[in-house]
Amino acid sequence: MIPISHVLVLSALLFSIGVLGVMLRRNVIVVFMSIELMLNAVNLSFVGFARTMDDMTGVIFIFFIIVVAAAEAVVGLSIILSIYRTRKTLNIDEFNLLKW
Amino acid sequence: MIVFFYLFALISLILALGVLVFKNPIHSALSLVGTFFCLAAIYVMLNAEFVAVIQVLVYAGAIMVLFLFVLMLLSTKDNDQYALKLNVSRGLAVAITGVLMIQVLTAFMDPTLRFGEPGAYPVERIQEIGSIALIGQLLFTEFVLPFEVISILLLVAVIGAVIIAKRRVP
Repeated sequence: MIPISHVLVLSALLFSIGVLGVMLRRNVIVVFMSIELMLNAVNLSFVGFARTMDDMTGVIFIFFIIVVAAAEAVVGLSIILSIYRTRKTLNIDEFNLLKW
Repeated sequence: MIVFFYLFALISLILALGVLVFKNPIHSALSLVGTFFCLAAIYVMLNAEFVAVIQVLVYAGAIMVLFLFVLMLLSTKDNDQYALKLNVSRGLAVAITGVLMIQVLTAFMDPTLRFGEPGAYPVERIQEIGSIALIGQLLFTEFVLPFEVISILLLVAVIGAVIIAKRRVP
């Protein structure tokens, strides 16, 4: 049986790579992909806990997380599309529409 | 069995780093698809077959195809301006992330880590009922309200996406 701590360590490493992607990359779509990577790291730790604790609630949670991730991806990508139409760039540093 | 876990864990970490370092966003996206497949394999090893199938269908299938579509609609020629560059503030960001990661890792590696009481569904029971049948039962009994609420969320997301991405006619 796979030890829970190893699953959690893998999950923490994937989450840290996702955080680095959000902070270091400037392409907004790559930043979005890093967010998906972080969501997946969380899913992995949910599965690990569900398996160790003999409980199904973690798996149900993942069902909801995946639905929320899908909704987030759809809305986020359409926002990126509409910003790209007016700004003609994907650089996240130039997305300062809300600043005044 | 456990060898395969480490193999897939290693591949998924390498591919996740690929998402971080590839200059071309299409390469990052394909690397992320590989990460998702490796995670699906790990889910199978952890007796979560339903999650593995959902991972491949929804994440590697639907969400990543959406990403690739948007990337191809918006592809820019000069990817150099988006390449990974390091300066002082970003070095600071890396350092803070590293410290947080070490903090979390020491907590996870702690051998005195204790969990609560085990739940009602050990592996034998799950295999007896069937993983998907059990998830269906739970979704429509215990978790029926969140299930209904999440369907409204999906509807709102679909309508919102259509309205936001629509071309404005002046």
